[in-house]
Amino acid sequence: MSTASAADPAASERAVVADRPLLDVRDLHVTYSSREGEIPAVRGVSFTLRRGETLGLAGESGCGKSSLAAAVLKLLPQGTKVEGEVLLDGENVFTMSPGRLRAVRWTEAAIVFQGAMHALNPVWKVKHQIAEAIQLHDPIGDKAAQARVGELLEQVGLPGRRADAYPHQLSGGQRQRVMIAMALACKPHLLIADEPTTALDVMVQAQVLALLEQLQEDLGLAMVFITHDLSVLTSCCRRLAIMYAGRVVEEGPSHAVFDHPQHPYTKALAAAFPTIGDMRFRRAPLGLAGDPPDPRELPPGCPFVPRCSEAIDACSDAEPALRVAGPMRSAACIRVEADG
Amino acid sequence: MTDPTGGAFESARDSALAEVMAPDPPAPGSRRSLNWSRRRKSAGEVWREFWASGQGKAGLIILVVFVAMALLAPLITSSEGLKVTNALGNKQNAPPSWEFPFGTDNDGRSVLTLFVWGARISLFVGIAATLVAIFIGSFVGIIAGYAGGRTEGVLMRVTEWFLVIPFLPLAIVLASVLSRSLSTIILVIGITSWPGTARLLRAQVLSVKERTFVERARALGAGHGRIVGRHVLPSVLPLVFANLTLTVPIAILSETTLAFLGLGDPLRVSWGQTLGASFAAGATSIGAWWYYLPPGLGIVAVVLAFTLCGRALEEVLNPNLRQR
Amino acid sequence: MNTRYVLRRVGAASLSLIFVLALNFVLFRMVKSDPVGSLFRGRNVSQGAKDRLRAEFGLDKSMPEQFIAYVKQTAQGNLGISYSTRQPVSDEIASKIWPTVLLVGSATILSAIIGVFAGIRAAWRRNSAFDRGSTGASMFTYAIPDFYLGILLLAFFAFWLAWLPTGGMETAGGGGFVDTGKHLILPCAALAISYFGEYTIIMRSSLLEVLGEDYLITARAKGLRDALVRKRHAVPNAILPVITLFALNLGFVLSGAIAVETVFSWPGLGQATQDALKGPDYPMLQGLFLLFSSAIILTNLVTDVVYGYLDPRVSTP
Repeated sequence: MSTASAADPAASERAVVADRPLLDVRDLHVTYSSREGEIPAVRGVSFTLRRGETLGLAGESGCGKSSLAAAVLKLLPQGTKVEGEVLLDGENVFTMSPGRLRAVRWTEAAIVFQGAMHALNPVWKVKHQIAEAIQLHDPIGDKAAQARVGELLEQVGLPGRRADAYPHQLSGGQRQRVMIAMALACKPHLLIADEPTTALDVMVQAQVLALLEQLQEDLGLAMVFITHDLSVLTSCCRRLAIMYAGRVVEEGPSHAVFDHPQHPYTKALAAAFPTIGDMRFRRAPLGLAGDPPDPRELPPGCPFVPRCSEAIDACSDAEPALRVAGPMRSAACIRVEADG
Repeated sequence: MTDPTGGAFESARDSALAEVMAPDPPAPGSRRSLNWSRRRKSAGEVWREFWASGQGKAGLIILVVFVAMALLAPLITSSEGLKVTNALGNKQNAPPSWEFPFGTDNDGRSVLTLFVWGARISLFVGIAATLVAIFIGSFVGIIAGYAGGRTEGVLMRVTEWFLVIPFLPLAIVLASVLSRSLSTIILVIGITSWPGTARLLRAQVLSVKERTFVERARALGAGHGRIVGRHVLPSVLPLVFANLTLTVPIAILSETTLAFLGLGDPLRVSWGQTLGASFAAGATSIGAWWYYLPPGLGIVAVVLAFTLCGRALEEVLNPNLRQR
Repeated sequence: MNTRYVLRRVGAASLSLIFVLALNFVLFRMVKSDPVGSLFRGRNVSQGAKDRLRAEFGLDKSMPEQFIAYVKQTAQGNLGISYSTRQPVSDEIASKIWPTVLLVGSATILSAIIGVFAGIRAAWRRNSAFDRGSTGASMFTYAIPDFYLGILLLAFFAFWLAWLPTGGMETAGGGGFVDTGKHLILPCAALAISYFGEYTIIMRSSLLEVLGEDYLITARAKGLRDALVRKRHAVPNAILPVITLFALNLGFVLSGAIAVETVFSWPGLGQATQDALKGPDYPMLQGLFLLFSSAIILTNLVTDVVYGYLDPRVSTP
């Protein structure tokens, strides 16, 4: 991999790329327009992902992670302002023709949505919904499609007869598996899992996570795993990126980031989801007071200042850029420069 | 006795029908939660927001004008003008003039007098019938929702039965069997309108019942009466009020139709009755537009006003329904 | 489709029917005056003749017996004899059903079509002039009593402009398709204009709600064209409440146009009801009431079953 430099590590990484990354997000800005004004959901995010790589994207609600996911396949609502580029295997998603975009969707990259109760059409049987994805990109006829549906369901650990069910007849965990099966229907190279375990019981969560890890390994998928629960990311993702107020505030190898967080926000986030038995959590303060900032009214300087226990006066001067915080790590905190 | 569908169809059907006059759902892509506002607004807040909405303001102003007109009827024109005997000297079906701003009817009576005094009966019957319907409906709905189990099952079955009875034929049958009076009309409208309220309130009570403050009260040992009176009712009351504002126009339209068909008290002048009389007198064929335009337009105005108020009120009480 | 669901619905419908029968029976027994006596108002008839008539009408037996007899009779299709025409009520009704079905049926279909298309367009172009206009028009037409709209249309088109007939279903001595059609225009328009608003508002509301659903995003993400997303995923979900409304309105086909039929002298069940009221012709009223209620019960049942088929959430647990 690339060597970190004193300048923006992401840029130098890009420069050294020999084979093209599968996903290349460059300075992405996503701004929603609403009656109350403009809402900047993503404010300059950049990262890359190669084939087979896994990236965890963590942050609280409203930090922009779901907007980021939607942007990858240009699924944002009409009227949303977008700046920057999202390159899927070299092609910019925002400049693709509508026909090319539709062809690319689901075949290059697929999304596993959160809250699968609402993400599945309630009046269609599950098998038809999955078959639709197949037939859309490779019309192989009903029988063949149904056979493939059976294979997919098996892959995610669901018995074949579940194909005849309607979404409301399935449990939360089963629906999530259906979503995963559907996402794999066209053998995508990239899987974006947007909070796939959030609405599930802990036991079921573990099962779904294990499934995703297994699939990622078996199929060599590149994966972006979005969640607000930091602890689940360490096992299934190689690298971690923490988002706050529309920006990446820390990134690096997941264990390094989790065990030795550099950004005060990451520290708080890691502490909020303690590992039972780990002595550190016995004494460290848990939880993070306050609410995420309103994207329309960000304070000057670092947006984390109101909730930061380590803030100093200089923090409110300017929003810190990502600085090197270790080997292949970066964090957007003024203190990092001082320590690193 | 439990319904395997969990009442899903009924509620799907109800929400479909309740949507008829309901305000818009939120814009696609925005947060959605179709529960009534969890934080109860103070009466002052409700009023301020209501007044701020265009439709609320318009509706209320129109209503006030008509109600004022109805109440001040004796000041505008004497009720003596309603007596046919007093109109003997007048020209029948005469067009508007200085003496008779709305012209005269088939008996020579001033249509303006009929209009002003008719407003009283139309509004009175509409409101009275609604109160009857709301009273019965709330009673049944709240008890069904709160009691649950068999009681709920039986009550909802009965509600369904009453929903099946077609309004107009029942009114006709009752009018032929009972005397033709205002009370009969009020009774008929009340009997056919209460099921809607009952269903609505039962759904609301069901959602309130599971909320924490009710469970807390129960845990503290509060009796049913106290829970209903202190917790359920206040949450349900705003809904009742909104429902009332939207039921009155239906009641008024019903009274109009019944009176038009001659089922009302023939001696009481209401807008519907005037319309019926105008039609019987062939006002359409002789072109006596002054005879049928005022009462009809009066009905349209009042019904519209109530509907606007009802919608505005619903939006205030459930901000999630507001236009985005 | 779940058989238990259907059976439950049929059971409920049967109970409703029994309730209606009982209501029908009780209502007319509430009549204080002796029905036989009132038939011969003012005329001197011997007691023997009256007794014979009472027996003929079955009025000499006890209440419960009369009720059972009534139910039996009704099940056999015997709705009694009309007091005024002395013809079987069922025959009288049969001759008047078609005009009403023609009028209200066509008006219901027309209002549904107008309403659904307007509602879809309004939802698709939310907050446009069309949207606001159609909502306003819907609210306004809802506030106009259907018969009043009829009066206004009649006054303007039939009397003032004299373009269309002033009443009835056919021109005296004439008839035929076109003639009936001309007579149908105004009353049908009155009903359709009065009731399209319901469909517009429901369709629009329902579609707007569906447009916010996540499964549409899933469909787009799969690579589906917008038009197909709408057609395959949005509309089938959004149309459900409209279908419910339509089916329920069909139940009111028979009883819904009484006032409008009066205004246009339309020779249907509405007019029959008005006429029966004048007697009062109790067997006729009873028969009509039963017919109206049964129609509603039946269509409700069919609606329930059809809805269960269209929305699996309701019929499959």
